[in-house]
Amino acid sequence: MNVGRVLGNLVATIKDPNLTGQRILAVEPLDGREPAFFALDSVGAGAGETVLYTTGREASYAFLPDFVPCNAAIVGIVDEIREEKK
Amino acid sequence: MKLGKVVGTVVATKKDPRLEGLKLLVVATLHPDGKKDGFYEVAADTVQAGFRETVLLCTGSSARMTQRTMDAPVDATIVAIVDSVNLDYK
Repeated sequence: MNVGRVLGNLVATIKDPNLTGQRILAVEPLDGREPAFFALDSVGAGAGETVLYTTGREASYAFLPDFVPCNAAIVGIVDEIREEKK
Repeated sequence: MKLGKVVGTVVATKKDPRLEGLKLLVVATLHPDGKKDGFYEVAADTVQAGFRETVLLCTGSSARMTQRTMDAPVDATIVAIVDSVNLDYK
């Protein structure tokens, strides 16, 4: 899991039946190590928000019992990140 | 999940039986803003995408999570045809 910022959304009319009704958002990882990608939203996140996301097969588990073909899912909206001072 | 542009097709006569009837397309992967990132992927098509269309790719083991690709040896699937991308907060 990692944290990222929602850049915007994607609109697609023709899609896998199990993607119907799911929101697809563009996410930019905060650490900047990987480029922006698209993720399915399971929590109602909006553009500009900082979110927690999961990648890989586990991402589709956010939508169980539906069988959703996605390899990135937004699983939380971040309120704050605290960094311990050394 | 990544954006891609369909740039070609793959024809293979001798293949795994579970790939029979699946359309295999060559997809140039894109950044969210639509620029090509220089990489390519051969993806199974489940939504009847066409040449030069912008599509959404699902890669890894989740590529098998559609009705058509279930239990097939694929690691990239086209799961949607993209109408538009809106990047207001970039």
